[in-house]
Amino acid sequence: MESPAHPHPAGSTVAADLTPQCVHCGLCLQACPTYIELGKEADSPRGRIYLMQARQRGRLPVAGSFAEHISACLDCRACESACPSGVPYGELVEQAREVVEQQLKRPFLVDALRRYVFGWVFPSPRILRIHFHLLRLYQRLGLQALVRGLAALKLIPARLAGMERLLPDLRGRAAPVELGAIFKSNGATRFRVGLVAGCVMNEIFAGIHHATIRVLQRNGCEIVVPSSQVCCAALHAHAGITATAQEMAKRNIQAFEQASVSAVIVNAAGCGAKLKEYGALLAHDPEFSSRARSFSQKVVDISEFLDGLPALSPPGRLELRVAYDDPCHLLHAQRIGQAPRRLLQQIPGLELLELQYPDQCCGSAGIYNITHPELSMRILERKVEDIKQCGPAAVATGNPGCLLQIGQGLRMADLSHIQVMHPLEILDRAYRSESFGNGRNPD
Amino acid sequence: MTVATSQPGVPRTEIRKELVALLDSERVLHTPEELLVYECDGLTLHSRMPDFVVFPDTTEEVLQIVRLACRHGIPFLARGAGTSLSGGTIAAEGGIVLELSRMNRILEIDLENRMARVQPGVVNQHVTRAVEADEFYYAPDPSSQVASTIGGNVAENAGGPHTLKYGVTTNHVLELQAVFPDGEVYRLGTAAGDPVGFDLVGTFVGSEGTLGIATEVTVRLLHSAPAVKTLLAVYDSVSEATQTVSGIIARGIVPAALEMIDKNTIQAIEAGVYASGIPQDAAAVLLIEVDGLEAGIDRQLEEILEVIGSRQAREVRVAGSAAERKKLWAARKNAFGAYGRISPNYYTMDGVIPRSKLPEVLDRIESLGREYGLRMANVFHAGDGNLHPIILYDIAQDDAREKVMALAGAILRCCMDVGGTLSGEHGIGLEKREFMRLFFSEADLQVMERLKRVFNPDNLANPQKIFPMRRGCGEMSSLSEDSRDRLSRSEEDPEFVRF
Repeated sequence: MESPAHPHPAGSTVAADLTPQCVHCGLCLQACPTYIELGKEADSPRGRIYLMQARQRGRLPVAGSFAEHISACLDCRACESACPSGVPYGELVEQAREVVEQQLKRPFLVDALRRYVFGWVFPSPRILRIHFHLLRLYQRLGLQALVRGLAALKLIPARLAGMERLLPDLRGRAAPVELGAIFKSNGATRFRVGLVAGCVMNEIFAGIHHATIRVLQRNGCEIVVPSSQVCCAALHAHAGITATAQEMAKRNIQAFEQASVSAVIVNAAGCGAKLKEYGALLAHDPEFSSRARSFSQKVVDISEFLDGLPALSPPGRLELRVAYDDPCHLLHAQRIGQAPRRLLQQIPGLELLELQYPDQCCGSAGIYNITHPELSMRILERKVEDIKQCGPAAVATGNPGCLLQIGQGLRMADLSHIQVMHPLEILDRAYRSESFGNGRNPD
Repeated sequence: MTVATSQPGVPRTEIRKELVALLDSERVLHTPEELLVYECDGLTLHSRMPDFVVFPDTTEEVLQIVRLACRHGIPFLARGAGTSLSGGTIAAEGGIVLELSRMNRILEIDLENRMARVQPGVVNQHVTRAVEADEFYYAPDPSSQVASTIGGNVAENAGGPHTLKYGVTTNHVLELQAVFPDGEVYRLGTAAGDPVGFDLVGTFVGSEGTLGIATEVTVRLLHSAPAVKTLLAVYDSVSEATQTVSGIIARGIVPAALEMIDKNTIQAIEAGVYASGIPQDAAAVLLIEVDGLEAGIDRQLEEILEVIGSRQAREVRVAGSAAERKKLWAARKNAFGAYGRISPNYYTMDGVIPRSKLPEVLDRIESLGREYGLRMANVFHAGDGNLHPIILYDIAQDDAREKVMALAGAILRCCMDVGGTLSGEHGIGLEKREFMRLFFSEADLQVMERLKRVFNPDNLANPQKIFPMRRGCGEMSSLSEDSRDRLSRSEEDPEFVRF
């Protein structure tokens, strides 16, 4: 068996053994989506921690079961909300993934693709945009229809076809927010805030950014979109690609320091969770540790920010039955559950419905739906069933992955009439409905 | 890591082939890497890896696996969520673990007749969740109820805070379907009412998997009480709290629950996600609940408040809303899981004593802890005298295991001295088997063992549980010495490497 005492490279976050806090009580089991689906101890938080301990003690090699069960984790962190002992599971699983990343040999092509995507595409907004342009072209030229036709004829591997189906339709989407732009407040400026543009958010969900900007302007904010910001690196950290994640974090810290803003506002739960953890990501960096901590303290989710205002500018009437779905990285990682609900409840005419399991993962989990499509779909089916039982006109959820995943789930279940929206889009619509005065959709 | 040498017995590879033929390869775990996580359960003091973990979906599959095991003389046992605190699901002699987590369907709900028929892998709390909209619930509520399964609850005869008034699992099981080691399926009891003839349900519930494997359980459902009041009494002294408990019981009041939580436990809970505002400097708190008809509820509460008033409670809070009540119970029920905040490991004991002896026994336990140099915590069902002394330790320290077991023995002797017994609700398992001799004579043990042999003549169903090893009293046996390997592992079986 290989040596368990794997030397930690400089800058690694793998340090103290955080696992002793787990007392093996098992109260986390039913919080874990993969345990609920598979019923296997090794696919539960308790089991995974046991594997981590076994690996640390040299009882278990990295390749094989360990790598498999660690990568099958959604990193949804619902177990953290259930754990009475406060085991920092998110940190533990990212450390374990770092070990897998460093020691596991992947097939050449997979490895090359991972290096390209994580090392080149995401760290550069420019290269990312080129890829999205290509994607748009692919859809506009009808190539997509062709590929889907071939998939139907089983001329393309099922796995690849499945991944292709996940592609969102990029035609007719709002133009991305320009990096470097500044948006003045409506009326007196009470706050100067920074907006995290993100990677996928700005390419696919720029409409949510525009809604966020309008709502902030309406509430006395001047919004800066720092030009040198990059992707938050949550995907990298979740995949255990720590060194790249640290470099990207540093660039973001510098970008927002230069913007001199009082708050760093993020409207994607996954990004928010990672940005709030920059302090931990760079804890051992002499130059950046304290800068990272003060940056993280400034990061607020948009719902948290608006909910914390002394008074929200009153929204207009919007007759809409909305079910709120908690993004895992908002509820479990940031402990924000009530703020978005309270915001929605301030909209006159809006009826807020509760799902039976609003706190359960939808199976999106970053790129999980690509790495583990089958399991991701099984988890999604539960979410769709819950929504179906609840019967809303719209589902509100504040994370791009969840928006795509739930949207796809509803389409597959012939429930496309249910809209999937970010809470800020709903709030924005309510503000804009004022001028129409009838609560109808102004779009 | 060593490769096990060839031993007499059935070739392991043969068994694997047969199991895969019965189920499919995805449902048969056989590599040590995959089996590792099944080497222990909620009790981490003992561990032993099984040879196989299999995932049956139906009673028929359980039956076929049990037949296979018996045909080859291989030990077998069932496992649900693996939350046993007595090592109930540790494969003491290896063999086959039947993981029933996927047999988790509620088969039938009959509200008119107040019962539900469920598979053994159904989580305790999910039974209540399925019927609560109609104001019904399943009464036994072990602290592990968010995770533990009905099958496991039946095996261990699980209790919980509300069993003070409503009884333990055995009082709520009407009928069982179970696979026995003779390779047959039998129905025990009747959903219609009290058992006719021998009370075989009563025999089976609490037998810790040594008689067979339940594959369907028909449980009683209760109608939710129209009125519930929950209060928290805060004390600066443990003895004032225990005197209050004795006072309430002496008055003949039967609360729905009467729980005590001590300072170390309060601090562990309040540091975490289940914090509910219990004062952290309190020496102890009592969590008391009364329920019943709207008409008499205030009178019950007043009587309890009178007793509390006669003792020195610092503060009494009556929960003002259902949400507040829920929060207090969440704090209480997650206490076990919260000890990780104050100690790397803990060991939960389960002794029962006459309630009048609470003050002196708690004092004695505290001084025993000091004597052995180990920190203690307490969270327990004070109302029925079911103690849970928690020994806090660090397994990394050299003699931790020996010290913990010695202290545990001393505490149990103390329970015995006042006329108590060694377990209230966690089962005996591997954990307490050597202490059985303290409480039962050789003849008592033999009569139990004779009963076991009627159903389980070859001792293949969950071996080594409950009964002490045939050796000197009080001596803790370690598993590695006792475990016999019943399967042969040849050199051609490269996957089998012992960790």
